[in-house]
Amino acid sequence: MKRTTITLVALLAGLTTANAETVTPENVTFEEGAVAQSLTGQPGDAMSGAKIASTKSQGNCVACHEITDLADVPFHGEVGPLLDGAGDRWSEAELRGLLVDSKRTFEETVMPAFYKTTGFNRLGNAYTGKAHEGDVEPLLTAQQIEDVVAYLMTLQ
Amino acid sequence: MKTYGIAALMAASTLIGATSATADESAELIINGEIEIVTRTAAPAHLSDAMDEVISGWVFRSDQTQAMQQDDFDNPGLIWVEAAEEAWATPEGTNGKSCADCHGDAESMAGVKATYPKWNAEAEKVNTLQMQMNDCRVNRMGAEAWGYDKAPAINMEALLSSVSRGMPVNVAIDGPGQATWEMGKELYYTRTGQLDLSCASCHEENYGNMIRADHLSQGQINGFPTYRLKNTKLNGVHSRFKGCIRDTRAHTYNPGSDEFVALEMYVASRGNGLSVEGPSVRN
Ligand code: HEC
Ligand code: HEC
Repeated sequence: MKRTTITLVALLAGLTTANAETVTPENVTFEEGAVAQSLTGQPGDAMSGAKIASTKSQGNCVACHEITDLADVPFHGEVGPLLDGAGDRWSEAELRGLLVDSKRTFEETVMPAFYKTTGFNRLGNAYTGKAHEGDVEPLLTAQQIEDVVAYLMTLQ
Repeated sequence: MKTYGIAALMAASTLIGATSATADESAELIINGEIEIVTRTAAPAHLSDAMDEVISGWVFRSDQTQAMQQDDFDNPGLIWVEAAEEAWATPEGTNGKSCADCHGDAESMAGVKATYPKWNAEAEKVNTLQMQMNDCRVNRMGAEAWGYDKAPAINMEALLSSVSRGMPVNVAIDGPGQATWEMGKELYYTRTGQLDLSCASCHEENYGNMIRADHLSQGQINGFPTYRLKNTKLNGVHSRFKGCIRDTRAHTYNPGSDEFVALEMYVASRGNGLSVEGPSVRN
């Protein structure tokens, strides 16, 4: 009896710490557009980041940006600047800020905020054209943001 | 650091914009060897803050797609124009009248498409061409209104457009319709959806640029209805607007809504001076 309680308490404590490590979109702290704190406390996976950046249903960064490193992915856009050397031009915190909400860096930009859930006009249910109902998911998860940041840091 | 980023970006985007915008400069559209189409012209005065030149969507399409519009035999849109010619002469409704009974030949409608949407004094609102057609159907023919952007309406709009081809778009933006025009303008510049983009984000700031595999045009509507290779049918303006807004991950408006009527009026006026071109061919 006593043992079960202890395990349960330990388990619950474990769960809360895991949750506490993920910064929710409302709780991200910016400093001049940059976000210093990791959103998950886990290191990002650059390989996964490259995949997210080039996959249409995920980050789809290549819709707007050319990235020479991803040349085997067809059709890169030219709405945003070439991302070669992004890890050189920006710090990790600045890149995280650009991904979470690029309008904190470039006020009028057309680049979407990938980790934001509030403040939208006529929010739809994904690409159905219908009104959104219920909880809003950011375009990328906290770990996906960390993965893309890790990938961009490899673009030196 | 940031300044460098912005400066580099601005240099890059001007370069890209310049090259793409001049890529098709020499291409000219003359339909059936006789109807000369103005595909580039000086922007109307109301747009002077935003751009110098207005450009038809035709200019941004591939050589092959462009060629399909050069001859009515190659333009699949004309199949539905023929269907509409039949409808034009077919009596419908409780009064047993056809369009032809009141208007004569469809050719007598030359020039009409170029001025729509426009203020209707009797109805005291701005009418699109489709609303005007339905006004005739309901009030003069005793027939049922056609569904907005549904095949019969789109086909007839394509017929009325085809007889105006080559004439300059000339939508009035002042007078009693001005409030509707203003509402359309507001909508054009309002960002929507989770991607938080407005019409201007893509069609004013980025025309000439590729967005993934799409070559962004100015989003002009002088070529509507358009036959799209993508869905192999004629498409209406409001359906196109709906698709673009949906692509911002937004809750769209519906074809025929007050919002889309206003937006159509405003977007049409951005093309004042371009030729009426519909039915056009796009991808
Ligand atoms: C709809 C277009 C669009 C999409 C999608 C987009 N961006 Fe951007 N991005 C831009 C634009 C435009 C800028 C330039 C900033 C401005 O607007 O002034 C930019 C700027 C940037 C910059 C800074 C540029 C520099 O100097 O290196 C980075 C880094 C960046 N984006 C990364 C990404 C990543 C990673 C993704 C996907 C997860 C992404 N972007 C998706 C349009 C986009
Ligand atoms: C995310 C980018 C994006 C946004 C935002 C957007 N569009 Fe588009 N639009 C496109 C693309 C891509 C095409 C297909 C290529 C082209 O013609 O530009 C297109 C095509 C069009 C066309 C067809 C042009 C032709 O010649 O056939 C019209 C009209 C149009 N858009 C109007 C609008 C209006 C009005 C809005 C705002 C309500 C809007 N678009 C918002 C991307 C966008």
